[in-house]
Amino acid sequence: MSWHTGTNDSDRGSATEPNVRQEVTYNSSLENAMQRLLVLGGGTAGTMVVSKLRRKLDPADWQITIIDQDDKHLYQPGFLFIPFGVYEPADVVRSRHTFIPDRVELVLGEIDRVDADASQVHLADGRQLGYDYLVIATGTTPRPDQTPGMLGPQWRTSIFDFYSLDGATALAGALAKFDGGRVVVHVTDMPIKCPVAPLEFTFLAEAYFRRRGMRDRVELTYATPLPGAFTKPIASRQLGAMLDERKIAVESDFMVERIDADKKALISYDEREIPFDLLVTVPLNMGAEFIARSGLGDEFNYVPADKHTLLSKAHDNIFAVGDASDIPTSKAGSVAHFGVDVFIGNFCQHVAGQPMTGKFDGHANCFIESGDGKGLLIDFNYDTEPLTGSYPVPVLGPFGLLKENTRNHWGKLAFRWMYWHMLLPGWPMPLPAHMSMAGKHQPEQAGAAATRGQ
Amino acid sequence: MTVTTIGTSHVHVDAEGFLTDYAEWSEDLARQLAAQIGIELTDAHFTVLRFLRSDYAEQGQTATLRRIYSQAGIPIKELFTLFPGKPAKKMAYIAGLPKPVGCV
Repeated sequence: MSWHTGTNDSDRGSATEPNVRQEVTYNSSLENAMQRLLVLGGGTAGTMVVSKLRRKLDPADWQITIIDQDDKHLYQPGFLFIPFGVYEPADVVRSRHTFIPDRVELVLGEIDRVDADASQVHLADGRQLGYDYLVIATGTTPRPDQTPGMLGPQWRTSIFDFYSLDGATALAGALAKFDGGRVVVHVTDMPIKCPVAPLEFTFLAEAYFRRRGMRDRVELTYATPLPGAFTKPIASRQLGAMLDERKIAVESDFMVERIDADKKALISYDEREIPFDLLVTVPLNMGAEFIARSGLGDEFNYVPADKHTLLSKAHDNIFAVGDASDIPTSKAGSVAHFGVDVFIGNFCQHVAGQPMTGKFDGHANCFIESGDGKGLLIDFNYDTEPLTGSYPVPVLGPFGLLKENTRNHWGKLAFRWMYWHMLLPGWPMPLPAHMSMAGKHQPEQAGAAATRGQ
Repeated sequence: MTVTTIGTSHVHVDAEGFLTDYAEWSEDLARQLAAQIGIELTDAHFTVLRFLRSDYAEQGQTATLRRIYSQAGIPIKELFTLFPGKPAKKMAYIAGLPKPVGCV
């Protein structure tokens, strides 16, 4: 599972905690001299932005404020392991404010809307915050309400998600009690955050049922709107073969229209039905609702942004980082990390009135758990699909690309420590922002025969 | 990128047969592209295709099924009826636009 950015459930009401500063007070004599940077969302991307920019921007000139709805920072890549009892909920939650550097104001509150023309953010409780520059980092959120029947009587009874802490925890209980039948792992529509996570869940579930000696009583199906296991051909072939080996059926090009809770079946737009006893679904992912209310989003509430600079296409003083933008790459923490690395330099140039020279390449890098203590690694960008080969990392590596081994599994588990201690505080990591071809096998050019429109 | 002949037109296409030059498309060509994948175009098809073409001109990318629904009001179910099986890919093919971005 790659790791995610942004806040989860970003539109729910705020849960305030007493030890966090609530009020923002501007010193009026300084206000005109100070530039104000406002960051919306204290998830992976937003936290990295304030950690890095606080070191770059002179506190005498720049006031930095970050807004989130609550004081809980969730390590979302860890959600995958909760249903199988590998992690407990406490393993994936820390206080958000501990990752916010000194001289950055953390404001807790629900965002109502951004008035981009007036450069103001309105909170639901009536507070208003002005800005000179705005960074939107409110991520993407699973929306079970968008599929008819999903939130019906079977929700959290036989229908679960694992992209929320509540869902992953509830699913752990359901799996422990499950004694056989049809298990369907399902993706509603693309894009979703961490697009490999549903495959990882499927591999881990297969290993889990085998370990419990009940694999023969479980029929496993992977239902996806994609034409195969994954989006890009080489990875799709490799991961598809792994599903085959594990006797997991794939229902491809499956776009769910609704869930029939009485029949316990997924129904697609082209009227296919997939019955289930236990459904593990990835609901439609959408950006935060305030983005729609502010007129800043596309049909999924993502902010249209330049894919190389992350500057909003509509406003010269707004950037969108991490999952909140519409750039055509994975919604994942690794992308947020590499994107933020490029953004920092660009931001400093932009506010100085210089042209932005950093060009983000859409770099993503994800460990994929495959069960039985093994994993794979994929590394790709806008132009290069995931390839086989090896991925060099000083000391820890090399890691095998698109190849199952135990080192990739341990790499993934070790990442949690790096996330809390290196990534969020914005310390340099041994992972370059731009993708490198070092160690990768070039795909064969032959065999790319034309297949028309099918 | 190669040049191929569809009906009487010479057009540039990618490895999968998708047109690569926005300007080479016409409604006549669309009928011929549709015929290649077994679809006979009606007014309802053209409503979708015209929306896709104009939206692409503004946005620079091929609209998703959800965007067609939210912007043009055409239900996703209807898109599956008009372009059975893989509507997003088939619509892009017939509209002479790039295959929708398979977000990874």
